[in-house]
Amino acid sequence: MDRVIDLGKYIEKGINALEENFSVIWRAIDDGISWTVEVMNDTLLSVPFILFVLVIAGLAYYAKTGRKVFKKEGLKKGLGLALFVILGFLLIYGMGYWKEAMQTTTLVLVSTLIALILGIPFGILSAKNKTADAIIRPILDFMQTMPAFVYLIPAIFFFSVGNTPGVIATVIFSLPPAVRLTSLGIKNVQKDVIEAGRAFGATENQILFKIQLPLAMPTILAGVNQVILLALSMVVIASMVGAKGLGSIVYQGIQQNNIAKGFESGLGIVILAIVLDRITQSFANKK
Amino acid sequence: MTEKSKKNIKLKVEDLTLIFGKRKKEALALLNKGVSKEEILRKTKCTVGVNKASFEVREGEIFVIMGLSGSGKSTLIRCLNRLNEPTAGKVFFDGHDITREGNKELLETRRHEMSMVFQKFGLLPHKTILENAAFGLELRGEPKAEREKKALDALETVGLKGYEDQYPAAMSGGMQQRVGLARALANDPAVLLMDEAFSALDPLIKSDMQDELLQIQDKLRKTIVFITHDLDEAIKIGDRIVIMKDGIIEQIGTAEEILTNPASEYVEAFVEKVDRKTIITAETLMFNKPTLIQLAKDGPKGAIRKMRTAGMDALPVEDENRKFLGYVWLKDTLKLAEAKETSVSKALRTDVPSVYKDYTVEEMLPLISNHRYPLAVVDEKSGKLLGLVAQTSLIIEATRYGDEEVNELIEKANDI
Repeated sequence: MDRVIDLGKYIEKGINALEENFSVIWRAIDDGISWTVEVMNDTLLSVPFILFVLVIAGLAYYAKTGRKVFKKEGLKKGLGLALFVILGFLLIYGMGYWKEAMQTTTLVLVSTLIALILGIPFGILSAKNKTADAIIRPILDFMQTMPAFVYLIPAIFFFSVGNTPGVIATVIFSLPPAVRLTSLGIKNVQKDVIEAGRAFGATENQILFKIQLPLAMPTILAGVNQVILLALSMVVIASMVGAKGLGSIVYQGIQQNNIAKGFESGLGIVILAIVLDRITQSFANKK
Repeated sequence: MTEKSKKNIKLKVEDLTLIFGKRKKEALALLNKGVSKEEILRKTKCTVGVNKASFEVREGEIFVIMGLSGSGKSTLIRCLNRLNEPTAGKVFFDGHDITREGNKELLETRRHEMSMVFQKFGLLPHKTILENAAFGLELRGEPKAEREKKALDALETVGLKGYEDQYPAAMSGGMQQRVGLARALANDPAVLLMDEAFSALDPLIKSDMQDELLQIQDKLRKTIVFITHDLDEAIKIGDRIVIMKDGIIEQIGTAEEILTNPASEYVEAFVEKVDRKTIITAETLMFNKPTLIQLAKDGPKGAIRKMRTAGMDALPVEDENRKFLGYVWLKDTLKLAEAKETSVSKALRTDVPSVYKDYTVEEMLPLISNHRYPLAVVDEKSGKLLGLVAQTSLIIEATRYGDEEVNELIEKANDI
């Protein structure tokens, strides 16, 4: 059958035009992301392994126990995750993938940071403005249902290979829950609390920062957790455009049909995922 | 009444109307033409929430707006601080029109002049009790030390000293509402708006809170607009009461005025079930200018004549200063007349109870059980007789039986 609508051609033309006309912007974004990734990666790797493990284990323990850090019931709750962190990280270190694990962590953290910086304001906007909500919603649906691989093409086009296109594709893929859950959290703040604020003379900004955002925080943190997990699930795909880390080892494992390599690096990703998930979830669940 | 009406008018509401819906102007025009609420809803799909409400709230009084759900009372109170934007009409606060205030002025009014207490408390779960009580002050930008001091004072006023560091979730409904009240008081506003503030509480706690509010009001003398659907509550705490129905004000008056003189069938049906014993006072029930025997002037014969004319077998007696002394009985007076006495003073019985005009039916009922004559209502200062309360009217008020039924009962009782 003949193609009647050549939609792809127009998209391609549009992307081309964007690339040519705004190259300064793309260059700036590329530089910014590359620099951030580099600095963060260097920082993470400069921390001695033992210290790093202890800090994260401590953080995990604190996230689980909260204010009961030094109480008996706290010990029961927090010890499991802290032990998991120590053993899991020792395993990754022992398998020789520590550097890659930190590269992956860097990518996840940078992508998450960008996704939140973009996502939370859009979430607030969509909660407060019905028109904005009507525009943002379908875009989010589009972003989530489009296969993640598709984002790689324009990402390479604008930023060639390396960490930047990986981060960009990851951000696009992991952004929606940040927007959605921020919006949901704000919408779910009880009307009578907002009315009370208004009755006492709160400005719109005061209502947002003193009432809505604090009360939406658990939901927003659940969104952060989702963003991190989605970002982590992108690491293998991102490695196809040259992003470094555990993902690229998995990718090598696929290409070389190397079961040992694939399994070890895959397990590393799982360990990272569990640690990140449990820690952020605990913070989200806390009052 | 006269004493109160001298006080300043704090809030004055003029023809306040609020219409919900998109075609407000059209609906308002129809309303002004006198078209009914139902017709307006059918024609414009707009609901009339408040329909030309006018009233005045005096400084230092508790003004209760009372009505069933859907009567527009909550909508009305929200027009006073413009949480609801009135469609037409004016709200004067100390003489200036709040409905014409710009954004900044309105914020100032809300921050300094009017505080609100809500049915669902509206506390912030992530803040402590102290921070919640200080929230209004935080919003208007007071420094931390200062606002915490004021909030502590307010918490003490509502009896929550020592709970500052708790969180709302750890408290009962009654305590949460105390926090809500403290938050409103901490702002030290001229007007307190209380929207069904006690309606979500258990009956006992509700009653406690009402007492507490009255105590606080004794000290602070705020102007309070209080919304409720509970007539007993309205009567208990209200200096004056407005009864609303379908967005229209049916009647304004004191509890007693409304109970004794309901303005419409609706109000009448509404107040029917109220326990009138604690509300109706001697002043309402007494008949003025009763036949009197003057001790200095009337001898036994004159007294007998007066009793026969009035058809009574006992009459009150006053001295030359018009001070109430007691009663004389027909049978005693007849004996005196036979003995050719010139004064009734020997027949005078002074061991009779008398009441002041603000005595309630409940207080007067025990007084009539041992006597068979009307209760004398005397002036608190001069002792002058103001009027008499017939036993029949007391029993009618207490039992809600009709005139004839009560007379029958009394006759039966006398026969025994």
